[in-house]
Amino acid sequence: MNPMSTQPANNDFTVKIANVNGTGSASANTLLMKAFFRMGIPVAGKNYFPSNIQGLPTWYEIRVSRDGYICRSGRIDVMVAMNAQTYRKDLADVAPGGYLIYDSTWPRDRQLARGDITVLGVPLARLCNERFTRARERVLMKNIAYVGVLAALLDLDLEVVKGLLRESYGAKAQLLDANQAAFDLGYDYARANFSCPLPFRAQAMGATSGHIMIDGNTTAALGALFAGATVVGWYPITPSTSVIDAFKRHAERLRKDPQTGRTNVAIIQAEDELAAIGMVLGASWNGARSFTATSGPGVSLMGEFLGYGYFTEIPAVLVNVQRCGPSTGMPTRTQQADIMACAYASHGDTRHVLLFPANPEEAFYLTAEAFNLAERLQTPVIVLTDLDIGMNDWMCRDLQWDDAYQPDRGKVMSAEQLEKIEKFHRYLDVDHDGIPWRSLPGVHAKGAYFTRGSGHNMYGAYTEDAKEYQDVVDRLRRKWDTAATLVPAPEVDCSGRHRVGIISVGSCDGAVREARARLAASGVGTDYLRVRAFPFGQAVQDFLDAHERIYVVEQNRDAQLRALLLLETRIEQTRLVPVLHYDGLPVTAASIVDGINQDMAKGQAA
Amino acid sequence: MSYIAKPKVVHPGLPRNELGLSLRDYEGGMSTLCAGCGHDSITAALVQAAFELSIPPHRMAKLSGIGCSSKTPAYFASASHGFNSVHGRMASVATGANAANNELTYIGVSGDGDTLSIGLGQFCHAIRRNLNMLYIIENNGVYGLTKGQFSASADVGSKAKKGEVNQQPPIDPCLLALSIGCTFVARSFSGDKEHLVPLLKAGIRHRGFAMIDVISPCVTFNDHEGSTKSYSFTRQHYQPAVYADYVPPAQEIRSGQAAGSVQAVTMHDGSRVLLHKVGADYDATDRLAAFGYLSRHQAGGAIVTGLLFIDESQPDMHEVQGTPAEPLNSVSYARLNPGQRGLDSIQARFR
Ligand SMILES: Cc1ncc(C[n+]2csc(CCOP(=O)(O)OP(=O)(O)O)c2C)c(N)n1
Ligand code: SF4
Ligand SMILES: [Mg+2]
Repeated sequence: MNPMSTQPANNDFTVKIANVNGTGSASANTLLMKAFFRMGIPVAGKNYFPSNIQGLPTWYEIRVSRDGYICRSGRIDVMVAMNAQTYRKDLADVAPGGYLIYDSTWPRDRQLARGDITVLGVPLARLCNERFTRARERVLMKNIAYVGVLAALLDLDLEVVKGLLRESYGAKAQLLDANQAAFDLGYDYARANFSCPLPFRAQAMGATSGHIMIDGNTTAALGALFAGATVVGWYPITPSTSVIDAFKRHAERLRKDPQTGRTNVAIIQAEDELAAIGMVLGASWNGARSFTATSGPGVSLMGEFLGYGYFTEIPAVLVNVQRCGPSTGMPTRTQQADIMACAYASHGDTRHVLLFPANPEEAFYLTAEAFNLAERLQTPVIVLTDLDIGMNDWMCRDLQWDDAYQPDRGKVMSAEQLEKIEKFHRYLDVDHDGIPWRSLPGVHAKGAYFTRGSGHNMYGAYTEDAKEYQDVVDRLRRKWDTAATLVPAPEVDCSGRHRVGIISVGSCDGAVREARARLAASGVGTDYLRVRAFPFGQAVQDFLDAHERIYVVEQNRDAQLRALLLLETRIEQTRLVPVLHYDGLPVTAASIVDGINQDMAKGQAA
Repeated sequence: MSYIAKPKVVHPGLPRNELGLSLRDYEGGMSTLCAGCGHDSITAALVQAAFELSIPPHRMAKLSGIGCSSKTPAYFASASHGFNSVHGRMASVATGANAANNELTYIGVSGDGDTLSIGLGQFCHAIRRNLNMLYIIENNGVYGLTKGQFSASADVGSKAKKGEVNQQPPIDPCLLALSIGCTFVARSFSGDKEHLVPLLKAGIRHRGFAMIDVISPCVTFNDHEGSTKSYSFTRQHYQPAVYADYVPPAQEIRSGQAAGSVQAVTMHDGSRVLLHKVGADYDATDRLAAFGYLSRHQAGGAIVTGLLFIDESQPDMHEVQGTPAEPLNSVSYARLNPGQRGLDSIQARFR
């Protein structure tokens, strides 16, 4: 959508499909989304699905945006209402002037109508029942048929659709024919009965070359794969499971050793998340790159071990795909509400390095980087994505991997180094950067040391001495200062002319960018900083110092990023204004614009 | 309390193993446990077993949870890496460590509290994976380190030091392990080193999960009249079902060793375990029979000991996983990295 417009236009509209889960609509929705993408038009697909296998409402929202705004639009121009259960709500959600398509096989109650939108009935079930014989096929093909209807209404390139169908079903001629036939049923019906195309439609552009459509769980898995991870301990939990699924799938193809024919990974499904992180620590202690993926409830269970890893200085990588919390309940809805829980996960004086990708592209690079940081800093590193990044398809620039890349394994003593030194001390700060040297089991007898919790001194020996303990925790604090210089810098767009700043994090980025454009169009200029890591580092402090009023945009109720900024930087409470979104759906630009405008209006009234 | 490395004063006459090392090279820091604690005897037996097996100390990894028992890895093999993890979670750390490097010898030491309460889940799942490690439970019927509360191995009717009588049925680690597919199940007594050392050696050489439940009295909290985990009670009710004898790969079985009803089990490295049966009907390769024997005799108050069950034929975690023979932690990055070409081949499917 153009920043100021409230009307759909060519290549600038949102289609939403309301369906029942378990009816096989995913492939139809992907087909539709991909058709826009192949036509060169920026697009985003967002799946709002229940925590259920079959029979509950599910929605898929496709935003087409010539300007490349791919966050949730918050406005629905075309609704495909395939679910009688949610029909009333879906009808209400259509923007004035929009369209609603429904299955007219069954008559609709006259009450369920609206004068300000156009309702188009297509007898999808009847058309499919006449054409197909098997029950499952009839259900599945209704979905392809509505894609046909939309193709006619939105003027999709039929060659593109054909190509996509061929890629999906090319190997199975019967399936291909059935899908093409179902598509044609919808397409022909729409052409014959409605005036096609609609006033807003798809027009080929050239804006998607050099891009892929991919979800962040896949890219996080690829980041781990390319960083050289070999051991995975994990326990299934939505929305992180597909990180491991993807890792496994791609490892089986790309990690098959030509010499041995075996796959160079061990992926161990643990009994719970406590065991999953225990496995990661055991493997990392033993010199393998190892990671786990989980979501909030899993992070809670990992608490004790995360503190242990921090204090014993064992690298670990944890991808936390955030979902609604606390407890279980809305596992298929997105949120950024684990920021605090991760920053200080565990008991005692612990703090953890966090990385905050904004999209799947960055999830790839930051997950890979997490392994370097974990090993360089010898500490757990948590990559915080969320369900929106992890499970939705985003348009990203092609991923690049530098073939000259060598992993930074950090300070690990080799057998030769150990042979030469007189005595190895595990926790001695010989380089004055707070980072000691470690040794791996099995390498050299001189490297042997005893890993244990809080009772060790700077040499690694047992202690219960007050001063010796404090020396160790103080040195860990110095290591944290080193961490602040090593973690990825924030992304900053700062003109130096604006009093107003926006700070945001992770998947808010797209909505913030769009909100800034809208604010700018209404005369409100803003600077922008997106944190990419914790600890924050100097650039964050500089940005805070340079702005009078700073809006902190995030997706949780308690303004956790703001709280972390207040704790970890020098900034007064009153200058940091929370702009919050936390209903479980991805944030929209409109809600950010509203939040900021409301605060500004308050300021003027006062 | 401090970690004091004993000087390795070596007498010229001290016996040496195949590596030219003496027993002292397998010792560790000085124990800080109570004088007379059963756990220290197990430590001594472990030193003996590792010495006799000529394991290079730095190729051994010692892991534990939390408890008096879990402290003991600090008291043997100071030239081995040790990992004193968190309470009840040693098994998962060992799983990850083993996944990363399948070539080290993994020795886990736990307690009855550490294994049978907080760590029961991890214990069971490590067994199900047939993780290749020796897992010792130093079983004293109480939580020693937190001052004597009953553990889940306390027998019904056993009396605590302050007089409380346990009424909850115990979890027997041997019966439990047998029921979930453990491939090496043994029980011993810290007070019988002769019995324990060969079991430890066999357990170390077993490829898979070797669980040894060692009754190890806590002199401070559970060695009184009325306790069923005291030295005297254990001595009285100790009932060997089989004696195990460990014979290294190259060594011949002496004629005396093979006398009577002896069952020989060949291990993966070619070594053998000779099982001298006490009851002629005992078959340590029959899981169901072992389960029945244990249940029957324990119901009568006996503490059945020996190598109660062994199965060398089961795949270990690595075999099930299909991981390469080479330790994963030593596969070079060049062989792990699919490169830009690999990445492009993936991305083609996302266009
Ligand atoms: C999470 C956690 N809970 C509780 C404790 C306290 N704790 C330390 S040792 C122990 C029991 C140890 O019992 P056992 O494993 O039988 O060892 P023993 O001391 O008897 O050898 C407990 C409960 C702890 N360290 N960590
Ligand atoms: S309290 Fe018991 S278990 Fe702990 S060291 Fe003393 S005797 Fe051993
Ligand atoms: Mg105990």
